[in-house]
Amino acid sequence: MSTTGAPIPLTDVPVIDITPPSGWLDLNFRELWQFRELLYFFVWRDIKVRYKQTAIGAAWAVLQPLMTMLVFSLFFGRLAKIPSGGLPYPIFYFSALLPWMYFAGALQNATNAVVGQQHVITKVYFPRLVLPLSAVVSGLLDFAIGFVVFLGMMVLYRVHPGKAILTFPAFLLLAVATALGAGLWLSALNAIYRDVHYVVPFLIQFWMFASPVAYPSTLVPERWRWLYGLNPMAGVIEGFRWALTGKGQPPSLLLAASAGAVIVVLIGGLFFFRKMEGTIADVV
Amino acid sequence: MNFEWCGGKGREERSKKQEARSRKQEARSKNLEQGIHYSPFTIHHLAFTLHTLPFALMSDIVIRAESLGKRYRIGERERYLALRDILARAVSAPARLFRPRKPSSPNGDPTHIWALKDVSFEVCQGEVVGIIGRNGAGKTTLLKILAQVTRPTEGHARLKGRVGSLLEVGTGFHPELTGRENVSLSGAILGMRKKEIERKFDEIVSFAEVEKFIDTPLKYYSTGMQMRLAFAVAAHLEPEILLVDEVLAVGDVAFQKKCLGKMEYVAKQGRTVVFVSHNMPAVTRLCQRGIVIEGGKVILDSDSLEAARRYSSSGVGTSAERRWDDVNSAPGDGVARLIAARVISEGVVAESVDIRNPVSVEMDFLNLKPGADLVSAFSFLNGDGVILFVSADFHESRWGSKPRPRGVFRAKCTVPGNFLAEGQVSVCVEVSTRNPQYEIHFLERDCISFQVVDRGLPGSVRANWGRNMPGLVRPALEWENLYLG
Repeated sequence: MSTTGAPIPLTDVPVIDITPPSGWLDLNFRELWQFRELLYFFVWRDIKVRYKQTAIGAAWAVLQPLMTMLVFSLFFGRLAKIPSGGLPYPIFYFSALLPWMYFAGALQNATNAVVGQQHVITKVYFPRLVLPLSAVVSGLLDFAIGFVVFLGMMVLYRVHPGKAILTFPAFLLLAVATALGAGLWLSALNAIYRDVHYVVPFLIQFWMFASPVAYPSTLVPERWRWLYGLNPMAGVIEGFRWALTGKGQPPSLLLAASAGAVIVVLIGGLFFFRKMEGTIADVV
Repeated sequence: MNFEWCGGKGREERSKKQEARSRKQEARSKNLEQGIHYSPFTIHHLAFTLHTLPFALMSDIVIRAESLGKRYRIGERERYLALRDILARAVSAPARLFRPRKPSSPNGDPTHIWALKDVSFEVCQGEVVGIIGRNGAGKTTLLKILAQVTRPTEGHARLKGRVGSLLEVGTGFHPELTGRENVSLSGAILGMRKKEIERKFDEIVSFAEVEKFIDTPLKYYSTGMQMRLAFAVAAHLEPEILLVDEVLAVGDVAFQKKCLGKMEYVAKQGRTVVFVSHNMPAVTRLCQRGIVIEGGKVILDSDSLEAARRYSSSGVGTSAERRWDDVNSAPGDGVARLIAARVISEGVVAESVDIRNPVSVEMDFLNLKPGADLVSAFSFLNGDGVILFVSADFHESRWGSKPRPRGVFRAKCTVPGNFLAEGQVSVCVEVSTRNPQYEIHFLERDCISFQVVDRGLPGSVRANWGRNMPGLVRPALEWENLYLG
């Protein structure tokens, strides 16, 4: 009935304020930083679970872009004769498919991140932002594996990217930001309206054709290229191609438009997600 | 203003501290109001404070809830609006599109319920508080709000310290991962740092007794093993505030004992625990204080024993006397009918009985069959529904085991004083025939009930012992102390 131990001194303990959802939205990055280890654990778990009990395991990370590249090279390249700006078709397609597959996978996973973890969300507190964030980060492993294969291909086809390759991390970051931004919107919406998750594969298909994956952006008339650039993945794909191969379109108005779009989508997504967190807790 | 303390010594000390406290308070600037805890104490608790904490504590408030409320929407959720729906609506009822939304009606709004309304309380550091109430009263909602799993609709709460929430066993477990991996994952989700998990890993595994299986995937574990592992992880959380929700409701008896033991240990370490449970013995054993919630509102905030009583009595709702005036609707059959039953103490019908006094239970019944060989029996049950003992009138001198004429009989049974334990006692009333075949004529469960109260007055077994005295019965026994040199 009574305690016999001395109480723990309450110094330097966090103070938690619980209030109803209000207009002012605090993105609370500091809290996110405090939970960085949890982010690591979620990523680790996603990766582990994905590869447990699989027959081909990590090979899937390579097979998907490779097979798509083969199909594209054959039908879009060889048969339809789409201009590739002087690059061998496999390189042309693979350099685009690499970031694209990452983005598609990350977006799918992010959309389901919140709903898939409902059994945890309803029991424990952690910043919900960790979930779509972990989905977006865990896709990077597959990307890394594919990248290694790509490096092999570059050696095979004797492609020298030159100094441009140093900018490649920036484009990767742009891809991650796009996946995260779109993922935040979709995961919040999916938690509230469960059919969003069915729309996403279709959305990704459509998005792929709206991005310069299967064709170069030079196909789009000069006048409209900035509009085309509002699709953030357009900037990402072009940028990747240019950085990894040295050929193609260097950063320009297209990229500027893409970067702008990404910032808007990402910041909008962050606020939307935070705003919806209260509702999500009740409906998920 | 009436100041009462979270814990502390005698009244004299208290007033001295009172002055020091108010001086300190003035000196303190904005900060967290480390205010004084107000809570209604029963006479018991005041008497017990002499036995509590040896330290002179000025406990800080670690949880403060102010007018918390949570409103849920019930019924069908609005369908996902598609363009098609908007068009259809525009065609069928164009005016509705432009009419402003009606504000939701205050009461009787069929689409919303208030799961919690105006809940306020304060918890001091080191207190173990039990939150009890019926299913659906709002206890889990309250805990979820404190655990930040859901946000309140109104009100405000402030918690000081790291919070560990045990709302279920096995949070975050994934069947594909091994036990080892799940310990890390679950620990991280519950709030442990990586280093902390590594440090406590061996302890956790041995507490769960799954050393041999730690590297097999969790899906191959039995349910018992999974639960033990889950609880082992949770038990090694070291937050300042622990929120526990009926975790002990699952599992076998051995597991529950282990959980209770660990919780007691945690409570003794001086951590603040908020414990939601239906397990009254656990609540009264572990918690000093109990908050009863009913219909989303706090109806009692007092010491755990009183809270447990209030909770049990509100459910059963029987009284010390019952009567059936219409024989035809009274319990019974063609042989015997129950007319009345009552609890008597000190010559009068009593709802509350002093533990030192004998208490009698009576039943009046009508015997319709001349020459019937009837047996009257009473069963005494405690607040948890455990049968304490039964008694029948086989050896009663006048009519026991003898054929009875038609008419009304009164059967009375007296339980000696200093025998029953404190708490609620409910009585089951039965009349049956033994020979030639055992046949029950009426069996009224929870027919009448009474509270056994022990105020620690001279003559009771408790004397002035402040702590909880367990036991289903509390007989006064003969004691002998001999000095043997």
